[in-house]
Amino acid sequence: MRKPKTYARNYEIPEEELTYSGSVSCPGCGATLAMRYALKALGPKTMVVIPACCWSIIAGPFPYSSLTVPIFHTAFETAGAVSSGIRAALDILGKEDITVMAWAGDGGTFDIGIQALSAAVERNEDFIYVCYDNEAYMNTGIQRSSATPWMAWTTTTPVKHPKDEPKKDIMAIMAAHYIPYTATATIAYPDDMIAKFRKAKSIHGAKFIHVLSPCPPGWKSEASDSIKLSRLAVQSKVFPLYEIEHGEKVTINVWPKDGGVPVSEYLRLQGRFRHLSDENIAAIQAEVDRNWERLVAKAKGSVYTELV
Amino acid sequence: MKKVVTGNYAVSWGARLARAQVIAAYPITPQTSIIEKLATFCADGEMEARFIKVESEHSAMAACIGASAAGARAFTATSGQGLLLMHEVVHWAAGARLPIVMGVVNRAIGPGWNIWTDQNDTLSQRDTGWLQFYCETNQEVLDTTIQAVKIAETVFLPAMVVLDAFLLSHTSEPVDIPDQAEVDAFLPPYRPELKLDLDDPRAFGALVLPSDYMEMRYKIQKAMERAVGVAEAVDHEWGERFGRSWGLVERYRLDDAEIALVTSGTVTGTSRVVVDELRDKGLKIGLLKVRMFRPFPHEKVRQALAGIEKVAVIDRNISFGDSGVFAQEVRAALYRADKRPPVFDFVTGLGGRDIVPATIREIVDYTVAHDAPVEEFTWIGVKK
Ligand SMILES: Cc1ncc(C[n+]2csc(CCOP(=O)(O)OP(=O)(O)O)c2C)c(N)n1
Ligand code: SF4
Ligand SMILES: [Mg+2]
Repeated sequence: MRKPKTYARNYEIPEEELTYSGSVSCPGCGATLAMRYALKALGPKTMVVIPACCWSIIAGPFPYSSLTVPIFHTAFETAGAVSSGIRAALDILGKEDITVMAWAGDGGTFDIGIQALSAAVERNEDFIYVCYDNEAYMNTGIQRSSATPWMAWTTTTPVKHPKDEPKKDIMAIMAAHYIPYTATATIAYPDDMIAKFRKAKSIHGAKFIHVLSPCPPGWKSEASDSIKLSRLAVQSKVFPLYEIEHGEKVTINVWPKDGGVPVSEYLRLQGRFRHLSDENIAAIQAEVDRNWERLVAKAKGSVYTELV
Repeated sequence: MKKVVTGNYAVSWGARLARAQVIAAYPITPQTSIIEKLATFCADGEMEARFIKVESEHSAMAACIGASAAGARAFTATSGQGLLLMHEVVHWAAGARLPIVMGVVNRAIGPGWNIWTDQNDTLSQRDTGWLQFYCETNQEVLDTTIQAVKIAETVFLPAMVVLDAFLLSHTSEPVDIPDQAEVDAFLPPYRPELKLDLDDPRAFGALVLPSDYMEMRYKIQKAMERAVGVAEAVDHEWGERFGRSWGLVERYRLDDAEIALVTSGTVTGTSRVVVDELRDKGLKIGLLKVRMFRPFPHEKVRQALAGIEKVAVIDRNISFGDSGVFAQEVRAALYRADKRPPVFDFVTGLGGRDIVPATIREIVDYTVAHDAPVEEFTWIGVKK
């Protein structure tokens, strides 16, 4: 088997902050920390596109901004298209060295924005699209999205009828566009995350980074558990850390220690799963195991060969 | 250089001569040949522009928004359903004060599917904060496209250049295509003071509280009001440079007129013929062409119609539950006039049904025969 590729010791976390101190996000907001790391990795030559989502608020009300780099706030479903327009303008104006980063929630990515996203990556636009995934429409008060996990509670999937459908596999969808780079990341592994953003920046073309983003009010979890939950998501294989190059070359970046932990450890810290029966949890475990095996098989069987 | 071109190609040439830098567009009949031509111009290196071949009109406008915000001159074109799909971001472009210019070929809205002309698509965007110009000829289309860029970039509002499906879009006319150098002298490069800029990092379009939102809307309205004078000055300058100008409205044989037709788009040309014919027969009739619909030139309309005894508005559109839209606007403008003539409204030509001289004559006959309207508006040529 290929030697696991981890970025752990290759990079240091830059000291420079591109987010201002203080934040209007909820305590323990994973999405806020994720932005902090992302910008540390990308540096000041970055422009950020934010469609409607929690980050529309976190970025600060007029006339303030919580970022030191330019922000363009835009309509919910337009991150892919607006980023393409900014990219085109920067290119025609001779500013190819600026990184354009779209920063959207799961609703803006998996659901309403998927058309514009798919089109932008199909055109292989030179930008980084980040989905911070808190697994529901949080800005509007915790409604289900197609990123919401099976059986989770949300206000539109109440406990008496929790979500019936499994989470949409956005990584597979993005990989199916054969874009140069697709990766997952979490705030529990900041060096891995920073390395991935740097790698994305160094690659020309469309890059997609999927960041699991714990959300205490939406997940009904403790604010102090957000990093722990991010780590448990990786260690339980619910959210493996991996990357896919050119849609084919799959690399698992963090292998769960000692074979990992049961999903129940991840689930039990979250009130949105409190109603789950033992059978439900067993079913989730089986599904997670199956997905993991499939991922490992892909990583082992990657047919991709470097183009020269 | 004179060329025989369709209305659509006149739009393409306008965008080319205006040196659009980013084009994002999506095909729809009868607009498609505008962007096909632009794609060819770009591919042949005749335009220095990036053409983003988006997957929808919604994304076309969104991409133009991004491009304009980053400081490039952005252009798109659409029609009918495409414009309706765009609607949310049509508002966004104006709210973000981005001077995007869009060619719109008027096309009737489905169902049932209809690719022919009427104005409901563009008129349903009237409250979005876009300037709107309705054109009568292909020359006017070309000139207006370039003028619109200058006006839009002066007041920081986007602008639609509107032309009738097929009657202009696919009809060829001789058009004078000005020299690039002369257009360059008229239209300087786009250099906005505020844009996405690493050296001046700002957040555009952030959450805005009730304490500030209204001022932003106030400023859009102020810019609209300013656009009346700006559009007039730009048209005047165009006239001096190129020997043609179009006016925000055009008075045709109105000086001693008792009846005034109010028209927009290609109906104007047909109406001119009928006005001439009826003048020869001794009827004191003229017409007022409304070229700029947003901002609505209230004062000009009031002045032009002062002393008129009866006004007959021809509306190739309908606001369901009310009347034709141009009539609403004309009535509103006249409400503040010293003497208010009766305003007759005629809704006709929907979905591309021909408006021929006989149609206009019927409208005039009705107006002559009645002292005042007996209904909110009158259908012409409908099978009831
Ligand atoms: C066209 C449109 N529909 C609905 C909304 C309302 N809306 C704003 S944010 C949001 C949910 C965002 O969810 P997600 O993308 O997951 O981001 P999160 O709020 O969870 O961070 C919704 C439904 C909107 N702004 N625009
Ligand atoms: S609701 Fe969730 S995603 Fe939104 S700010 Fe709060 S913690 Fe962050
Ligand atoms: Mg969400």
